[in-house]
Amino acid sequence: MGKEGLRKERLDRGIKVRTDRVYAISGWREISYLLIPRLALIVGLLSLPIVFITVPYWQRVVSIICIYALLALGFDFLAHYVGLVSLGGAFFIGVGGYGAALLNTELGLPPFLTIPIATLAGAAVCTVLFWPCLPLRGVYFAIVTLMYPLLLARVIEALDVLGGTDGIIGVDGFANKWMEQYLLVGGLLILLFFLRRLVTEDIGLVFRGVKDNDQAVKASGISITTYKAVAVYITSALGCLAGACLAHIYMWAGISQFALDFSIIPIAATVVGGAGTLVGPVIGCLILVPISELLRDFGTLRIAVYALILMAFVVFKSEGIMVYCTRKYHQFERWVSI
Amino acid sequence: MTSDPILRAHELSKAFGGVQALSMVSFELYPGDVLGVIGPNGSGKTTLVNCITGFVKSDSGDVYFKGKRITNLPPHKIAGMGVTRTFQIMRPYYSLSAYKNLVIPLFSPRARRTGGWRGGGKLGSRDTVAVDILEEIGFERDSYVPYKLASALPTGYLKRLELARCLALRPEIIICDEVFSGLSMSEMASMVPLIERLQMEGISLVMIEHRLRELFRVANRVMVLNFGLKLLEGVPEEVVKDERVKEAYFGSEEVFGYV
Repeated sequence: MGKEGLRKERLDRGIKVRTDRVYAISGWREISYLLIPRLALIVGLLSLPIVFITVPYWQRVVSIICIYALLALGFDFLAHYVGLVSLGGAFFIGVGGYGAALLNTELGLPPFLTIPIATLAGAAVCTVLFWPCLPLRGVYFAIVTLMYPLLLARVIEALDVLGGTDGIIGVDGFANKWMEQYLLVGGLLILLFFLRRLVTEDIGLVFRGVKDNDQAVKASGISITTYKAVAVYITSALGCLAGACLAHIYMWAGISQFALDFSIIPIAATVVGGAGTLVGPVIGCLILVPISELLRDFGTLRIAVYALILMAFVVFKSEGIMVYCTRKYHQFERWVSI
Repeated sequence: MTSDPILRAHELSKAFGGVQALSMVSFELYPGDVLGVIGPNGSGKTTLVNCITGFVKSDSGDVYFKGKRITNLPPHKIAGMGVTRTFQIMRPYYSLSAYKNLVIPLFSPRARRTGGWRGGGKLGSRDTVAVDILEEIGFERDSYVPYKLASALPTGYLKRLELARCLALRPEIIICDEVFSGLSMSEMASMVPLIERLQMEGISLVMIEHRLRELFRVANRVMVLNFGLKLLEGVPEEVVKDERVKEAYFGSEEVFGYV
């Protein structure tokens, strides 16, 4: 008994009349069809800190997930909507972290001031430092940006500035853990929807134009360097926000914030979650970071198991979870006789 | 020609390694002109476009637009002044639909200032203006064509899209790099009135072309390049009769004698 005489049929479900942004909605059924996935993400993320109320360790993991998710979001935006593959995630974390720590310890500013200042000013610093590499494309941009965090870490170590290898200690923590958690979860959600909106606006089209065909953008009277810089500013602001929060969570800023983890795990999360979807990388972090925590029991084998899981994802679901799930949600398949 | 030239190139030169792609090319473009540029392959036509529009930095020489020196300015500045170009190898944004392709030039500072071609100064919605421009240039508004992905459009429409991208900037000069190449006879036939209309609306054109029959229908002056040198310039009727032009295209009598 096989599948002879049968044919697989794939049907679209849901709202038939739709273009990029405009939906023809005719009832509650269709509204809920649109809202359920979004609400699942929002409610799911917001409830995470409450779910883990009895296990403070995992509440901290939720914060770390958000920090990686902010980086992954920025990476996905920059790589798949502007065409700049940046491996400098750790650089953004480091600048944001050191910025917040310095503002806090030297000037005595409270966290609710240091975080926004470190985010906006740190992003400006990152953009200025990245400016020379903006004309680069593809793998060249990736290599140069990978050098930035390594370079800055070595400079701090060699010159023994900014606390040297000890880092900056004595940074204020958050007033309470709820503030920490909901600042990160809420910020992540707001920024996720902000970026999703941005890429469909006209300025988002210019970003996609820079990725698709930068010569034509130049011929249209638009400076590609300016728009690349704007995109790098947005991305580094996400990273610096994550770094500033990290410094306040650990109450410390040090060289390990330039660690390669912050550059690599966001990319892995993007691969797992689905490149170019913006939500995908967040979901990728929700999977990868807890796995990484659970694997701590394996000791040094942890990295090996982690690598195997990643390889399995790349081989069997290279499109990413988000792309796969979106397809399954919009279509259903059934066998019909011919 | 009583008025001042709108575009003037003065002794432009450019070498790529040992190859002199352009040497001391000068020409003038007057308002309302359609200047044809012809020459065999490798004679420096596309290099000339690239030098004027800033995509390639020229080694020496100057370009003036309305008396203002624009030599070697960055491409987006030159385009922003109203000197636009099309590409020989079409460069649409393949992942965007046809009308979204126009939203990007309509977002540029120049288009926001001028409102785009016939946009009327104020941009209500760039999408609407984009569809308007596409309709003007031969995309049927009520069909699905303007909403198709650029990667799914046939060559004829892509060539029009290249022109539309220039028009979105409300240009004063369009430099066309082979708009007729790759088109079918009927597509070319419908392109000619379009070029004539642009000229009527006061846009000056420089047309680089291999399709001489169509070019001579629209051009009022023709410049011939060979090995990066300007061979001659004149009205189409004289140029086709010139011995030097025949020699450039078909080789000289002596060469044939040796074979």
